[in-house]
Amino acid sequence: MVHGYTYEDLEKEINVDDVDYTDLEARYQVNQDFGLDNYVVIDGAPVTTEAKVPVLSKVLKKLLSSYGELEDGDDGFYMPIEDGKTKGYLFAQFKEADSAKKAIRQLNGKQLDKSHRLLVNSLSDIENYGSEGNVPEEFVEPEIPEFKEHGFLKDWLLDEQGRDQLLLHQSETVGIYWNKKKSDPEKVIEPRQGFTSKYAKFSPKGTYLCSIHPQGVQSWGGPEFESLSKYIHNQVRLIDFSPNENYLVTLSPLPITMPETAAERAHFPFKEENEGHKLVIWDIKTGEPARSFALPPHLEGQKEMPWPLVKWSHDDKYCARQGPNALAIYETPSFQLLNKKLVQIDSIVDFEWAPASVKLANSKVEGGEYLLSYWTPESSNQTARVALMQIPSTQVLRTTNLFQVSDCKMHWHDEGKYLCVKVDRHTKSGKTVFSNLEFFKTTEKDIPVEKLELKEVVVNFAWEPKTERFITISRLDDGTNNPAIPKNIISFYAPELSQKTKITSSSYKCYDTIEKKYSNTIFWSPKGRFAVVATIGKSNGEIEFYDCSYDDDKKPGNNKDVNKAKLLKAEKYGGMTNLSWDPSGRFVAAWSSAWIHTIENGYKLFEFTGNMLRDDTKDQFKEFIWRPRPASLLSAADRKRVRKNLREYSAQFDEADAMEADTATREAILNRRRLLEEWRDYRSKYAKVESTENEVQAEIIEEIKEEIIEEKEEVIE
Amino acid sequence: MRPIKLMGHERSLTQVKYNREGDLIFSVSKDSSASIWYSSNGERLGTLEGHKGTIWSIDVDSESILCSTGSADLSIRLWKVATGECVFQYEMSTPVRRVAFSPDNSKLLAVTDQVMGHQGTITVFNISYEGDYTNQSAEPELVIKTREGATKVVVAGWSHGGEYIIAGHEDGYVSKYDGHTGEFIQTVQAHGKYNEEKVLSITDIQFAPEDKSYFITSSKDKCSTLIDVETLEILKVYIADAPMNTAAITPKKNFVILGGGQEARNVTTTAESQGKFEARFYHKIFVDEIGRVKGHFGPLNSIAVHPNGSGYASGGEDGFIRVHSFDKSYFDFEYDAERTERAIASGAT
Repeated sequence: MVHGYTYEDLEKEINVDDVDYTDLEARYQVNQDFGLDNYVVIDGAPVTTEAKVPVLSKVLKKLLSSYGELEDGDDGFYMPIEDGKTKGYLFAQFKEADSAKKAIRQLNGKQLDKSHRLLVNSLSDIENYGSEGNVPEEFVEPEIPEFKEHGFLKDWLLDEQGRDQLLLHQSETVGIYWNKKKSDPEKVIEPRQGFTSKYAKFSPKGTYLCSIHPQGVQSWGGPEFESLSKYIHNQVRLIDFSPNENYLVTLSPLPITMPETAAERAHFPFKEENEGHKLVIWDIKTGEPARSFALPPHLEGQKEMPWPLVKWSHDDKYCARQGPNALAIYETPSFQLLNKKLVQIDSIVDFEWAPASVKLANSKVEGGEYLLSYWTPESSNQTARVALMQIPSTQVLRTTNLFQVSDCKMHWHDEGKYLCVKVDRHTKSGKTVFSNLEFFKTTEKDIPVEKLELKEVVVNFAWEPKTERFITISRLDDGTNNPAIPKNIISFYAPELSQKTKITSSSYKCYDTIEKKYSNTIFWSPKGRFAVVATIGKSNGEIEFYDCSYDDDKKPGNNKDVNKAKLLKAEKYGGMTNLSWDPSGRFVAAWSSAWIHTIENGYKLFEFTGNMLRDDTKDQFKEFIWRPRPASLLSAADRKRVRKNLREYSAQFDEADAMEADTATREAILNRRRLLEEWRDYRSKYAKVESTENEVQAEIIEEIKEEIIEEKEEVIE
Repeated sequence: MRPIKLMGHERSLTQVKYNREGDLIFSVSKDSSASIWYSSNGERLGTLEGHKGTIWSIDVDSESILCSTGSADLSIRLWKVATGECVFQYEMSTPVRRVAFSPDNSKLLAVTDQVMGHQGTITVFNISYEGDYTNQSAEPELVIKTREGATKVVVAGWSHGGEYIIAGHEDGYVSKYDGHTGEFIQTVQAHGKYNEEKVLSITDIQFAPEDKSYFITSSKDKCSTLIDVETLEILKVYIADAPMNTAAITPKKNFVILGGGQEARNVTTTAESQGKFEARFYHKIFVDEIGRVKGHFGPLNSIAVHPNGSGYASGGEDGFIRVHSFDKSYFDFEYDAERTERAIASGAT
């Protein structure tokens, strides 16, 4: 006031925002890091006399500081003493909040000596839960979420026409459709955009559809494909199902880490013991993790991951994982190691379960037994070996010794009766490769092994479902490798028939070969008899349909030998990347996926005879998946009856097809009529607008006419 | 019928056009020359020489007296069709992407590119037919600048009677301006909503041959749309499987022709059969694809339909123009619904 200034005047003159307060701010700054997080409260320490305090302090300080630096002096470590005795609890303050967290996580529950167990908590937790009233005294029962109806999971099997469902994945959109043969597939649900961040996958019997998201896997099912369960696994990449849809296996490149806050932990499916694991087995129905594993060290950091990492026995009873020099077999649902120990197998390369229970010749076990096969390569003093092991006894039933082996591939027959091991062997010089096929006949006495020695190297092998026939694609490895020359040979094999037309267990006979092909893949119809041999992944994609039981009516006398392969149809499909039979064996879908290249993306649908039904080119098309079906419930007698009355059934189906086609065309026509009407309606608005009809007066200015002025003919001799 | 292959340009075609009578074809190319051809036999009437850069666009007035070209050499030239003389030259500040005469020939619009720090515009000039046509006013009658919040205009054209200017934007939107005042009226998203493509730029706009009351757009988003001028309502959507560079509406038959194909920069990496370099015919009303015409071995850049509907010409990235005339089967083709409609109409009269 002395200068006649008021505060208001000052404020007018000095813009407060311009004043530099940094020096003051620095002096009175509140330390943000200084918080309750740095404190831990330790309970359960021994109650001792004052005299022993220095010793006890020393021990505890040492223990605590192994997790991080403590603050100096009493600030860092304070043990209250009353009446000359410690009180059994103490406080510690770490310099870093992280160290406090670590100490709580690892020290809590630690047995200090026989009678003292340390209880370590953060001060903030004590604040939150320890003071009176913060935690209700009364037990309130947690609310059980109301049961959500998801509809009948096998609803699609009740379709009156017995159609199959298919999934089309185009760009970011996934839609489920009914297969309508030639017509546009009918929507089951409205196609969903952004349904999955990677791919969609059906469970092996078709009950569940899973989508992959950065947070985990989501399963869908029922008539409307409603959400069923979430399997929270951060950054999950690969998924797989057990054959009976009881378990889901997921793999993520990120190890599991526990969330920091208690609130998040409440919704987190994993516990401390799962930490650092990457492979998880889930119970599909409950959505809870059943077991998790760390990756074996030799798979850590590998670019190409062998998948599945967990292989299941046919009925989900056992699952097995291969480690270096050992096989870990687990029993479900406990997921404990079988016989509590690993099965040691030196340098095991690969193993496969028998896909069905096997009725061994000398076995009295009802319903068959569990078998698995594995192979080990040659080592300095041992030959390569393929072995059959019985589970749960882990007894090796049969081994064969093999020499000069470069690779083995085990192909089980779908009924588990036969195991074909494709052995790629190299000549002594090691320059060229050829194949042997070793057949284990598991249901016969002593499990005989039959050998088929070939000159060529077999690139592909496939058993016909339910029968003992198979197809191979082989190539003579003569050292030259010119991709322009088609060298692949398709061979059709069947067991040789003896005089009494009874299948002998002696040998397999090649009854047909087709040479000079590019073909590289074999797809048997799931119902047998028909097979598709295709060329995939080359620019000259081709599909060939074969009937392997073609009965030539022209030779009525010669109906013994029904093993003849007849080419029904060959189709070119340049961009093809994948091919798949529908579960009923009636249709074949081939598609070109944008995941692999951008050539001719879309799909084609064929009948089993090779007749093309649909050719749908869709930009950004990614995947075509048939919804799998569970095994048929019909008994053998039922099936026989159906076959007997096939003619009647087919007449009914033909009629239904015709009606279906009719309604489809009628609808299309009606739709076109409607569109035309709408258009005329739209155009009528402009009827009054003067039409600039192009009335060009044809005026010929110049006309060119060809006239022959002179014509000469020269005869040259 | 075998098409006539016009091999006169040394680089990719940028636009082809018929005159009103359909006896002449005007074509421009990246080789900085424009050509005029007889459509009946493919003989070249002459070339228009003078531009020093890619010519992006050409248009001819309805009397075939003057034609104009817009070029990347920052100029628009007016030429006398009969002699091929350049009668006037407008200097612009950026490349000219599109030129178009108004239906009454009194105005010329030019779309200038938004590059080099300049704002993109639609510039309208008055055209005078006095004397030897050299007496043109270089002052634009109207300059429509890129609107706030909108992306640059890439193509534009006049609607019926020059009432509106329809402009196609780089982000797939279509805008309508008053043809006399340049006032903005309406905009609508035409592309990028029927699929999940990222590049949405509109590549061509062509008007209905009968009365210019609706138009077709083509876009890099692999779609083409039919839009009403009055309401900017999207009437039809045609979905293709490759970026579309051009689209045209056919007179006589209710068809549209789309052209395009895989981006030119990807062409060398794939076979011809996979490049999708075909002209695609769709039914204008039913939206069904009817057929494709092969021939070019590069993407189609421009398609023009003969004004009397007897054929079409397509200019490709491969540097060729193919002039097709339709066969009888083209005119005979009818959908069941169309046949019944015709039967009813003839029965009534």
